[in-house]
Amino acid sequence: MPDTPPNKPLEIAGKTYNSRLLVGTGKYKDNEETQLALEASGAEIITIAIRRTNIGQNPDEPNLLDILPSDRYTLLPNTAGCYTVDDAVRTCRLARELLDGHKLVKLEVLGDEKTLFPDAIQTLKAAQILVDDGFDVMVYTNDDPLIAKELERIGCVAVMPLAAPIGSGLGIRNPYNILTIIENAEVPILVDAGVGTASDAAIAMELGCDGILMNTAIAAAQNPVLMASAMKKAIEGGREAYLAGRMPKKRFASASSPIEGTFF
Amino acid sequence: MITIVLNGSDKQVKNNISVSQLLEELDLSEKRLAVEINQQIVPRSSFSDHTLNEKDNVEIVQAIGGGQ
Repeated sequence: MPDTPPNKPLEIAGKTYNSRLLVGTGKYKDNEETQLALEASGAEIITIAIRRTNIGQNPDEPNLLDILPSDRYTLLPNTAGCYTVDDAVRTCRLARELLDGHKLVKLEVLGDEKTLFPDAIQTLKAAQILVDDGFDVMVYTNDDPLIAKELERIGCVAVMPLAAPIGSGLGIRNPYNILTIIENAEVPILVDAGVGTASDAAIAMELGCDGILMNTAIAAAQNPVLMASAMKKAIEGGREAYLAGRMPKKRFASASSPIEGTFF
Repeated sequence: MITIVLNGSDKQVKNNISVSQLLEELDLSEKRLAVEINQQIVPRSSFSDHTLNEKDNVEIVQAIGGGQ
């Protein structure tokens, strides 16, 4: 057999996952569509947000936690919408309390409302506090190899560089930086944000990413459930192509039928 | 009566009300949520012992759909 890299399952903070697609639960039409899309995606890790409870309004509204069976999904509370270290740390601590001591969180500290780009300086500070406090931190960052390595050094369990701005669907804007981040890393690297359609997901996986987290690409598709299924396949296909090792690119043609034996 | 700030709005509650009593009054006793008072988490095990004071800043949060 040729020398193929081992296809080990994704491992984050000591737990293994068969699916390399992580899915957000925002922006869906309703809980039913959320559930169907999650099922079609095959995702095992699902992000949630922590927000104020509605006081007195819709008391019987179904709670998201009731429709996400905890034996089936690993919940990943995220700090989306946080612009300061304090807000991000508070959010993670509330999530830990809400989920009975759950340690796995996704940290993001944003720096700018227009781009939703991460604030690298605040992200580094918040990551250090959370790691020291015993959290398993998966961290959203920009596609800067130096910051990614520093987040790994701090003790984050996975580093998640963006492909493009959150919700933009622009695809992998800087594949060489993502590649450098992957080559340097000793923790899983997952592309987080910016994937727009199945080919974007396949490209990220062909680069050697360990997984992809997406939300809008599925939720904002015309048919979210079908797009969830497409993303699942693209990620599996991209992963296998990465393991298989693509042919080298050549400028000119190379016939795939033998010249020998031609009768014309 | 005392006035607390509950999820950003003023609310009048009776003196010495506990977190459990507050949640009961709000019809939230059975819900999965977390409570923070003056930016300190109140563990679920302390809900019945922890009483509120004038001007306490109370946040009650839950999980909702969200991605990035």
